[in-house]
Amino acid sequence: MTLSLNPSESLQPQGWLRYLSFSTDHKVIGLQYIVCGFLFYLIGGALAGAIRTELVTPLSDFLPRETYNEVLTLHGTVMIFLWIVPVVNGGFGNYLIPFYVGARDMAFPRLNAVAFWLIPPAGILLISSYFITGAAQSGWTAYPPLSITTPATGQIIWILSVLLLGGSSIFGGINFIATILKLRRPGLGLMQLPMYCWAMLGTSILVVLSTPVLAGTLVLLSFDIIAHTGFFNPALGGNAVVYQHLFWFYSHPAVYIMVLPAFGLVSEILPVHARKPLFGYTTMVYSIMAIVFLGLIVWAHHMFTSGTPPWMRLFFTIATAFIAVPTGIKFFNWLATLWGGKISLNTAMLFCCGFIVNFVFGGITGVALAQVPFDIHVHDTYFVVGHFHYIVYGGTVFVIFASIYHWYPKVTGRMLNEPLGQLHFWLTFVGFNLCFAPQHWLGLNGMPRRVAEYDPQFTLINQFSSAGALLMAISTFPFLINVVMSAFNGAPAGDNPWNALTPEWLTSSPPPVENWHGEPPLVHEPYGYGVAPGQLSLEASSGRDLWNLGQGDQR
Amino acid sequence: MRIPPSILTLLAGMALVLFGLWVGQNVNLLPVDASANAPVYDELFRVLFSIGSILFIGIVGLILYSLVRFRRRAGESGDGAAIEGNLPLEILWTAIPAVVVLFVGIYSYDIYDRMGGMTPLNDHSMHGMQHSEERTWGGISPVALKADGAIAPLPVDVTAMQFAFIFHYPDSDITSGELHVPVGQPIALQMKAIDVIHAFWVPQFRLKQDVIPGQPTLLSFTPTRAGQYPIVCAELCGPYHGGMRSTVIVEEPESFAAWVAKNSPNPPAESHTVVQS
Repeated sequence: MTLSLNPSESLQPQGWLRYLSFSTDHKVIGLQYIVCGFLFYLIGGALAGAIRTELVTPLSDFLPRETYNEVLTLHGTVMIFLWIVPVVNGGFGNYLIPFYVGARDMAFPRLNAVAFWLIPPAGILLISSYFITGAAQSGWTAYPPLSITTPATGQIIWILSVLLLGGSSIFGGINFIATILKLRRPGLGLMQLPMYCWAMLGTSILVVLSTPVLAGTLVLLSFDIIAHTGFFNPALGGNAVVYQHLFWFYSHPAVYIMVLPAFGLVSEILPVHARKPLFGYTTMVYSIMAIVFLGLIVWAHHMFTSGTPPWMRLFFTIATAFIAVPTGIKFFNWLATLWGGKISLNTAMLFCCGFIVNFVFGGITGVALAQVPFDIHVHDTYFVVGHFHYIVYGGTVFVIFASIYHWYPKVTGRMLNEPLGQLHFWLTFVGFNLCFAPQHWLGLNGMPRRVAEYDPQFTLINQFSSAGALLMAISTFPFLINVVMSAFNGAPAGDNPWNALTPEWLTSSPPPVENWHGEPPLVHEPYGYGVAPGQLSLEASSGRDLWNLGQGDQR
Repeated sequence: MRIPPSILTLLAGMALVLFGLWVGQNVNLLPVDASANAPVYDELFRVLFSIGSILFIGIVGLILYSLVRFRRRAGESGDGAAIEGNLPLEILWTAIPAVVVLFVGIYSYDIYDRMGGMTPLNDHSMHGMQHSEERTWGGISPVALKADGAIAPLPVDVTAMQFAFIFHYPDSDITSGELHVPVGQPIALQMKAIDVIHAFWVPQFRLKQDVIPGQPTLLSFTPTRAGQYPIVCAELCGPYHGGMRSTVIVEEPESFAAWVAKNSPNPPAESHTVVQS
């Protein structure tokens, strides 16, 4: 039985117009997320360029001071809420999850389209606030009382925009949970799913549990601003620290909302290019769930200098440091996946390895930051800026690029240019480390974050950092040229250029509407590399049986 | 003669650990230490730096080795070994980080305790400089530092505002834009903010404390090295946040006494109590 529609019967627009329409096709929506996110990445990158240009000299001489604070607020908000969260969740999640569970679309296709179409208006709203009245000036954290005392219009627009984006995120999260749990092809067990499904399940649980807290907090903050209530305003009897607790109850899990999907994507890419099964599937699943649980109870490590009581500092130190354990499991398992493989050192693999190196560095500084006495020296300094960018740029953004190099052939049916890709990787890797590694030293030695001017003794190191930022900006060009040129002139990819075993490669490139001509395949063993052809039996009752079959043959 | 791989691995591991320890002890990334708790902090930093170096170099080394050793050679096809997992190995690399993390947590708790961070702040019997009955928040208490010597802490009221710190010495009624403190005497800062959140940070003291409107906060330290160090606001507080800086001048008790005598509006009565050391 086949359910696929004849394309001519579809009410959806055809051709490139699909991507500007209220399409309910998960692949179209996934691409809408990714392309839209990338446009905002360019804007956020330009804002970062403005920040690094200001910091070339120790004086505040490039941007007006208010504008500088608007720029740093917009940079953080755009990069987190309009680039990383939507792309790594909504973008790749929408494209891949229905393939992985053997479905023809997401559980709620219209909700899915609504979730995407909340993003462009929210983004345009946010950016336009800069041109209308001036954007918010209180950083992406919007701590009161500063956020109550800076110009109200920009702050209210910021709140509205983040509320819309939070709504989009919650819709997406509900959709992923429903799709993964309820839309699996009959016969496909939870422990047979590709790892990205588990990562998205964990992430979506975090989204659904924590985003509403942020939304409620921002609504209260907006009351403080426009109705002069006193929830967070000490001048009216409110408590500014309560805001910090509520804000970080979302915004720490937000880090895992940004990195867990990246962990999932790496778990898909590494086995394909190392030609080895993903090492330790079961421990990977449990470590994801452990990160989800621990991620919800560590938020106050952002507040070690906020006058929190000693017992609270102790608890949050231990809880935070323990996240290193499940995270460490994942990294050791990836190393074990590489060990003994037949590794193709292509661009996707390079970006994955760059991710591991950067994230391990950021993870080590993260464990150090979890220690209260360590943190009270470097909190709110460039050390934290460096650490954070190692996690979200060196971590997640590297994985986004790895994923684009890996799945571009599936999406377009054409290969990306490999030399241009390698150039992109090396420029990004060198630029990134040159930009952010020196910032750790700056923080240790006395440079606070979010400043437009600084002690002149830090000039040279800041110039190194800005040079790195320039390299990162330049690295975007080979990528853009590659993506655009290859769409027209790239070598035809065929359906499965990497000989991968996950289900999305078992259909045509690009895949048809509703994903498969005929029945979706039942893939019990998405990582069955190293098993002789013919031994991979779709009749095997479980992945374990299938596996033992293949292993016996090897020995 | 061929050396067995297990011996080579062991040697590489030992070299790695030794190198990490050497890095932690000999690569100095921190500014000069100028308070009693700074050497304690630096001890923690060196331990974390050693552990971090060992882990980072080890993992990067493993990746580079894998990428070279297990790379796909020209003309090679086929897959790697079909190894799905190894439970003892996975338990091992769950247990080792857990032990390391637990050790680091307990050790840093000890460090924090030695810095005075775990001492209750609202126990009025323990420190007499508490002016009012209102709750004091956060910070580092002088109680632990008191044990160092019998010197009573020097109280200083700190007011943080956009975009300056104002220091007031209640004993001598001096108001100053710079913080003058004598070497060796515990200082008890009573901090309050009047507009938005600021943070008081002296990198050379390894101390930072947010100053939050509505929450009077105590921060105590003992300067140990004479010199001038920056006081930096570390919490975004508005357009001139980057310019919200001041200086702490740590001087010998005699020159501090002279500074008090010169600046105090009522020198004879008050300077005596302050300069008791």
